[in-house]
Amino acid sequence: MEYSFDWGTLARGWPYLAQGMAMTLFLVAVAMVAGILLGTLLAIARVFGPKPVQVATAGYVNLFRSVPLILTIFWFYFLLPPVLRMATGDPNLTVGGIYSAIAAFTLAESAYYCEIMRAGIGSVRNGQMHAALALGLTRWSALRYVVLPQAFRNMTPSLINQTVALLKDTSLVYVISLNDFLGAATRLAQRDGRLVEMYLFVAAVYLGLCSLGVWLVNFLQKRRTQAGVRSFS
Amino acid sequence: MIEVRNVSKWYGDFQVLKDCSATVSKGEVVVVCGPSGSGKSTLIKTINALESFHQGEILVDGTSVGAAGTDLPQLRSRVGMVFQHFELFPHLSVMQNLTLAQRRVLRRSEEEAAQKAELLLLRVGLLSHCDKYPGQLSGGQQQRVAIARALCMDPVVMLFDEPTSALDPEMVGEVLDVMTSLAQDGMTMMCVTHEMGFARKVGDRVVFMDAGVVVDDLPVEQFFEGRAKSGRASAFLSQVAH
Repeated sequence: MEYSFDWGTLARGWPYLAQGMAMTLFLVAVAMVAGILLGTLLAIARVFGPKPVQVATAGYVNLFRSVPLILTIFWFYFLLPPVLRMATGDPNLTVGGIYSAIAAFTLAESAYYCEIMRAGIGSVRNGQMHAALALGLTRWSALRYVVLPQAFRNMTPSLINQTVALLKDTSLVYVISLNDFLGAATRLAQRDGRLVEMYLFVAAVYLGLCSLGVWLVNFLQKRRTQAGVRSFS
Repeated sequence: MIEVRNVSKWYGDFQVLKDCSATVSKGEVVVVCGPSGSGKSTLIKTINALESFHQGEILVDGTSVGAAGTDLPQLRSRVGMVFQHFELFPHLSVMQNLTLAQRRVLRRSEEEAAQKAELLLLRVGLLSHCDKYPGQLSGGQQQRVAIARALCMDPVVMLFDEPTSALDPEMVGEVLDVMTSLAQDGMTMMCVTHEMGFARKVGDRVVFMDAGVVVDDLPVEQFFEGRAKSGRASAFLSQVAH
């Protein structure tokens, strides 16, 4: 028996799919920016902070890396509102799926970004910090102007890889009924009974986006090996 | 200018500095030498507090380095330091390397900082390279930029931590020339180096260290005449001066 393809669903449903894609990209953008910022602060705390802060940060990172992401999303969706209601005393307070998702992704991703930035800080020679301090820069300025820019540059490929993983992970928000790209596609497909076509299309789009990330990583690595080898004799 | 008094430092059980004392007066060039592992680099790094110490006292231009309330960034901004591996900032151009601390620490305007940088690049003969990145320069050029970077801060004293030992032999001369001209202009300098020719030419005193101890502290002439107290210094000299 032959399956007859019908791509009409796609042609008619694209505005709805575009809305889903907008949600996906929005989640990726917010979680990436906030995650990298928070992750970098955590990495600084983990490398340079006093011992108790280092231990606390390590605990945070291990916690969010050990818990399945889907569970983190559930926590923020189901547990956070009652907790906040108790804390604020406002019985009508709601959080909303999108804010819970942003919170969950930001915190979970920050743990991964923290480890990447920690490796990045470690990749910058100790002498760079010494040289910056010797010029009279404070430790914070030395980090900001000398160590972090180099750490960030060294780790760009890993940061992009992590963001590609984040892009795929955002599809998990279907569990809290957010209308992301995969969710929108699923709804259309089920309405029209065209699961095969829709999931092929969705796979192609994710493949395209991720390939873009991989291409960017390769491009940056090539440029680094061309330009950066001679920085130290 | 610099007074190191009875400084001791331990790494765990291992004592790297044993009761070290040394002074560098204004305008003086003091050369610190000794076999590797003798604590020279550690000693020079305690002077601008890049290395801590456990006992003793260090005064730089009247300021106590180890005291609790010392404003270390302020102190370090007046003490220039040149490193064995140059430590230029590879993500910044030569010009940005020279202006960063002038702007962030001394709060100079961009224009003022750039003028100062150009003046010092001219002095080390690298003004035409100001828009390049460190990775595009040879080792000798990088070290000269590093010296210019330190001089931009108008330091009262310059510390050199083996400034030529990571260089290819043919590049040593250009760096020593810059250091010699600095010394001749009256800069107060403390140099950890094995360049005995340089020591003899511009040095005022030689501090010889071995196994964490300051073994000898002599005027240059006496050191090279072999008046060092210890046999170790003369053994070292015969090894270094081929």
